Amino acid sequence: MLHLDDLTLALGDFRLRADWSLPAAGQRVAVIGPSGAGKSTLLQAIAGFVAPEQGRILWQGGDLASTAPGQRPVSILFQDQNLFPHLSIARNLALGLNPRLRLSRDAWDQVTAVLDRVGLQGMGERRPADLSGGQQGRAALARALLRARPLLLLDEPFAALGPALKAEMMALLTEVATSTGATTLMVTHDPDDARRHADLTILVADGTAHAPATTAALFANPPPALKAYLGEG
Amino acid sequence: MAQRAVAIAAGAVAATLALLTLGTAAVVLLHGNAGGLRLGPADIAAIRFTLLQAALSAVISTAVAIPLARAVTRQRFAGRQALITLLGAPFLLPVIVAILGLVAVFGRAGWLNQALVLLGAPAFDLYGLHGVVLAHVFLNMPLATRMILHGWQAIPAERLRLAAALDLPPSAIFRHLEWPMLRAVLPGALTAVFTICLTSFAVALTLGGGPGATTVELAIYQALRFDYDLGHAAGLAGVQFALCAGAALLAWLLVPAGGFGAGLDRATWPLLQRGWRRVGDFTVIALAIVFLVLPLAMVIARGLPGLAALPPTVWPAAMRSVLIALPSALLATLAALSLALAVAGAGRRYGRWLDVAALLPLATSGLVLGTGLFLALQPVVPPTKLALPVTLLVNAALALPFVYRLLLPEAMALQRDYGRLTRSLNLTGPAQLVLIILPRLARPLGFGAGLAAALSLGDLGVIALFATEGQATLPLVISRLMGAYRMDAAAGAALMLVLIGLTLFMLLDWMGRRAAPG
Repeated sequence: MLHLDDLTLALGDFRLRADWSLPAAGQRVAVIGPSGAGKSTLLQAIAGFVAPEQGRILWQGGDLASTAPGQRPVSILFQDQNLFPHLSIARNLALGLNPRLRLSRDAWDQVTAVLDRVGLQGMGERRPADLSGGQQGRAALARALLRARPLLLLDEPFAALGPALKAEMMALLTEVATSTGATTLMVTHDPDDARRHADLTILVADGTAHAPATTAALFANPPPALKAYLGEG
Repeated sequence: MAQRAVAIAAGAVAATLALLTLGTAAVVLLHGNAGGLRLGPADIAAIRFTLLQAALSAVISTAVAIPLARAVTRQRFAGRQALITLLGAPFLLPVIVAILGLVAVFGRAGWLNQALVLLGAPAFDLYGLHGVVLAHVFLNMPLATRMILHGWQAIPAERLRLAAALDLPPSAIFRHLEWPMLRAVLPGALTAVFTICLTSFAVALTLGGGPGATTVELAIYQALRFDYDLGHAAGLAGVQFALCAGAALLAWLLVPAGGFGAGLDRATWPLLQRGWRRVGDFTVIALAIVFLVLPLAMVIARGLPGLAALPPTVWPAAMRSVLIALPSALLATLAALSLALAVAGAGRRYGRWLDVAALLPLATSGLVLGTGLFLALQPVVPPTKLALPVTLLVNAALALPFVYRLLLPEAMALQRDYGRLTRSLNLTGPAQLVLIILPRLARPLGFGAGLAAALSLGDLGVIALFATEGQATLPLVISRLMGAYRMDAAAGAALMLVLIGLTLFMLLDWMGRRAAPG
């Protein structure tokens, strides 16, 4: 269970409040809201890159405040720069198993198997620059698969992809989440992403990250802030 | 690397730099005052000469640099890139080698005077103010040109297109685009050259001297080395520190970070002038090439025969120089790396302090550091015993600001682009250093280490203060050969120094580029 306990995040003059919990059991959660509302900031805080100004972020009852980003029960995909350009794809993936790159034979086999599974067979020795945008996204997801953390945060990593590629990525994401049992929090500014892929939706607007609500119910009966965002106000 | 480990290492480096620069300054000020800091007329003359030659050198270097930078900007010709590279070379060229070349061209028996004699004109005297300023222009005009060139190339292409679309005449382009740029860039170029010339020692040692042409840096050396008047040397060093710190403060306020080493070939300047402007541009370029290349060609021409008959003192001196240059470069590079990583990852306030610490060596001079260390060591151990370690340390400290400025933007970019990814994957400690930092920063690390090695190798400053007969480095041996009028042997040794310097620089730079991801 992820619990944001009376949380306030501060970036300059900007404040974002959240006070809710999410029983993490493999749900798909969309994080939507106008740009600049703090969707990314919320994810960065859970991942450990933004310290709370007030309140706590708890995982299974324990405060994460003193846990370094890499030790948290979290994998995160950023908008870009998810792969180190000077390391091969295989080594980029292997970092997910061992950050010192000291892998057993079995572990390397695991890397190869995951590459096959995400459709990158035979590309392990290539550099990220030799891959297309879609393939880079696959590699980043493949590493999340290897890390198998219970929370998978996605900060619009597929925003730059065309519709067909994005659909492909969403399918792969579903597969990764299902196989690791992870709860995914995905930032999007496309309400259709939420409607199609998310059980729950967190609306971030007016300085508040609202509690996760059932997507269908939320869109059937949108609160004023969501109405305004959707342009139905 | 754990940010804390980096911060601690950087803190230690910063504290060492502060101790070295401010500590030596405190030592010389205390000693100077204890000796009753009396500045005689000769000292006042030295201060006046120092300021005069530095100001003249700065103004002339910049005045020559403006038309040259303009010509290089708006003309395209074969060898243009080579010329830009050549403009970077004098920064790495050992000063003593440049002087030797200038003597061959402008000296009493040089080409210029032979030509003047044929024409029946009065001879040009390379010694004194003329010579000091000429050498400083030779050494610093290229640096000024690169800084101004940078300004020209930073004018956005959109503005140039707009100017072309509006069919602005050259005078309007100058008024609206070039003059505002020059106003922004020139103060930085002037202070940079002024600061360098303020601390120049080798030029004053060889081309200056006497009551009319002694710099403060040279006066310190003479007080310590010839008169063995420690109080007087300390007082002069205190004066020199005040001058340098003032100029460095000015430079810090005026000079934008970076400034050399960056790529300079974005073809954003489409204005190819025709007619007399084109002729004028190429005349300027040709004169600059002759001025820069001729002295170096003379060193090669004179040095090649000399290589075969080098005096025996040259070989051990060369070995000593390399044995100082390599560890000194390693030390400077590691210290600069820890500072750059810490500044890139630190909060703004701590970062600002570290940034100031990294630039502290620019606020002092080799002989101020040397005098301070001499005075501090002297009660404990004979300073000559520590000539080589002290030279190593001082050379590392003096090269550090340049290496730091090369590394900082790259370390910032690494932190910005991959800092979060690195942390989210729990990449820390040696793994982070080996897997991420060293490969990503390999290029600037190699280039910076090469730069530091070349600077140390060519340095003729603090070693002159400390060295006894058996401890001379190669530049010191060359200056002694020159002093004994053994010009051919000096040219041979100078050629050897250049070759060693080029080899070290290219080797380290190549290692960096090879280790960098393709």
